[in-house]
Amino acid sequence: MTRQRWTGALLVNGALFLLVLLWTIPTLGIFISSFRDRFDIQTSGWWTVFPHREWETVAVVDPNEIPDLDRQGVMEFEGVTGTFEELRAGIESGDVRVQWVGNRRLGRVEVQKQVWTVNLDFTLDNYQQVIGGKDFEIVDEEGNVEVIPGDDMSNAFLNSLAVAVPSTIIPILIAAFAAYAFAWMNFPGRRILFIIVVGLLVVPLQIALVPVLDVYGDLELNGTFLAIWLAHTGFGLALATYLLFNYIATLPRETLESAFIDGASHFTVFTRLVLPLSVPALASFAIFQFLWVWNDYLVALVFLGSNPEFEVVTQRLADITGSRGNDWHLLTAGAFVSMILPLIVFISLQRYFVRGLMAGSVKG
Amino acid sequence: MEYEETTQEASGVGRILAWLGRFVLAILIPLIAFAVLYAGFIFLRDSNAPKWLIALIAIIWGVGGVALLYWVFNGLVERLPDQWTSRLQPFVFVGPAVAILFAYLLLPSVRTLWLSLLDRDGTEFVGFQNYVDLFSERLLQEAIRNNILWIVFGSTFSVVSGLLIAVLADRSRFERVSKSFIFLPMAISFVGASVIWNFIYEVRPVELPQIGLLNAILVGLGGDPKSWYAWVDIAPWNNLFLIVIVIWLQTGFAMVLFSAALKGIPEELLEAGRVDGATEVQIFFRIMIPYIRGTIITVWTTIVIFTLKIFDVVWVMTGGQFGTHVIATQFYRQAFTARNSGIGSAIAIILLVAVIPVLIYNLRQFREQEAF
Repeated sequence: MTRQRWTGALLVNGALFLLVLLWTIPTLGIFISSFRDRFDIQTSGWWTVFPHREWETVAVVDPNEIPDLDRQGVMEFEGVTGTFEELRAGIESGDVRVQWVGNRRLGRVEVQKQVWTVNLDFTLDNYQQVIGGKDFEIVDEEGNVEVIPGDDMSNAFLNSLAVAVPSTIIPILIAAFAAYAFAWMNFPGRRILFIIVVGLLVVPLQIALVPVLDVYGDLELNGTFLAIWLAHTGFGLALATYLLFNYIATLPRETLESAFIDGASHFTVFTRLVLPLSVPALASFAIFQFLWVWNDYLVALVFLGSNPEFEVVTQRLADITGSRGNDWHLLTAGAFVSMILPLIVFISLQRYFVRGLMAGSVKG
Repeated sequence: MEYEETTQEASGVGRILAWLGRFVLAILIPLIAFAVLYAGFIFLRDSNAPKWLIALIAIIWGVGGVALLYWVFNGLVERLPDQWTSRLQPFVFVGPAVAILFAYLLLPSVRTLWLSLLDRDGTEFVGFQNYVDLFSERLLQEAIRNNILWIVFGSTFSVVSGLLIAVLADRSRFERVSKSFIFLPMAISFVGASVIWNFIYEVRPVELPQIGLLNAILVGLGGDPKSWYAWVDIAPWNNLFLIVIVIWLQTGFAMVLFSAALKGIPEELLEAGRVDGATEVQIFFRIMIPYIRGTIITVWTTIVIFTLKIFDVVWVMTGGQFGTHVIATQFYRQAFTARNSGIGSAIAIILLVAVIPVLIYNLRQFREQEAF
């Protein structure tokens, strides 16, 4: 390998590594913080779990024990001289730092040395708080007991599942039937109906929210699972039909025709032949739709917003952000609870996910 | 066998009666099915059963109900005389999809258009007053300005960084693993991403240690901590701190599509360029970019549409404060918080109008395909 090629590879991999690092750090920060104690999160950055140098106090000098100390002028401690203001900020000399801690009259002087250290105090408390809704009691220095309420997300997690599973299966089922009809059946209006499907691909769902909510109000459907399933079905159906049509239309004609000659009905061909053959396309869309529904916030906010009992994880997380935005121990763990399922789906089914994404990027 | 059964049935009056019965059934059964589904949900909503049980029943009820509906309907149609079966069966297959698309997108669009011409309660006709209000007041101007920032910066940086990473990864031994890491944020919800980035932007008073990464770096370099996206002094550029989130999420998407497209470039073409003495940079701009032009346009359009409708990030991070409202957050605020269906609908129509060029492009592409 020539020297030039070698530097080239180094450059490419180096740049790539930097970009990967840049893209990973945000998630890493949340992930590490979710295992840190509430107090630690509030007082030190998450990066302190990595080895770093920190000043550690090795000796304390009481200024009151030094006679004739000129607190207004220049003072000397441990071979370091400086005014109060300079000492307050800390004066470094060699590998030692001298720092005045506290006020001018009553404070103390600390001699500090830099040492390598890691903060490796990890805990599962945060997860217990967001999954079990456990409350924590904290006793402060004056003996007051402070109760830190947990925030139960397990309910929201179940709701998300109950919303996402049918909102994924129902549109696929309906779209598969329709895609089969568009691809293999002849009927009047076939072309114009399909043109409508194509046209609806990019229509923003905002256009439908107000009228649909109105109708739901009349039917008393607001805040039910049925309401949101049908809404997700409606908003995902155009894409599902379009994608499945593209796949089902390319199935080998001979296979289907020989089945018809053997006397199979359309329904049999569809359930016994077309569905099994279309598994890759069905899986791709299923993953795409599942992630879309699981991560959706707007549709849930509009159609389930009226019923806090049916809140999904994204709503719950947004609520915590709004009402307890500084409780990072809850937010970090909560964010991970909300991500865990999409991440599992993503990691285990990445190939299908990529395929679904490539085909399904046009969703409206 | 089913056909024989039906054709062997008696003739004359009996036959007509059987026909009538079938059609009545064909109308009644779906109605009954929907009524049962509906009643089930009202019951579930009001019941005190444990949460997981409700969720489980709901899933079985819903999915099973829909599957059953097709099965029953199809069974009915297949019992009809052959001629009628072939006439009606396509509509059993395609009917529900078309009905749902009409009910959830087409008819609501028309209704939204109508509502946008009415006043806030939808009672009085006001003509184009809502649109005039929208464009004359500051209300939408700020949102449109911000949305343009989102579209321009969000899509450009996603596309450029996606392309850069795709090209780099293509030449690296660590292609798979590095692409996975860049792609990972795609699985994260906008709400989750908002929490992640809020933590990066977290700001503490000067005297306390900074726990947000960005401010920790800034303070380490000797600066004063900033409240990034709430930094109104630099408005409207504080929007960029929100736009970064979408770039972070969408770059993976762009990268995956570009990566696939780059692999489609014939090796001979690149080799020919190299033989002719082109530098790698020239190959990139003169061969690769023109070759994957189509993909670049598709990805760009997709991200533009996506950023046009951006809602979650802004709503969760700022709620539209600090001059960060976008069209979709104004829509939500007007339609659902302020309950002004007239203005809300007008904003929705503006969103629709904005995607119409893409819609027409899609239809034209479709017409050019000979397949249908």
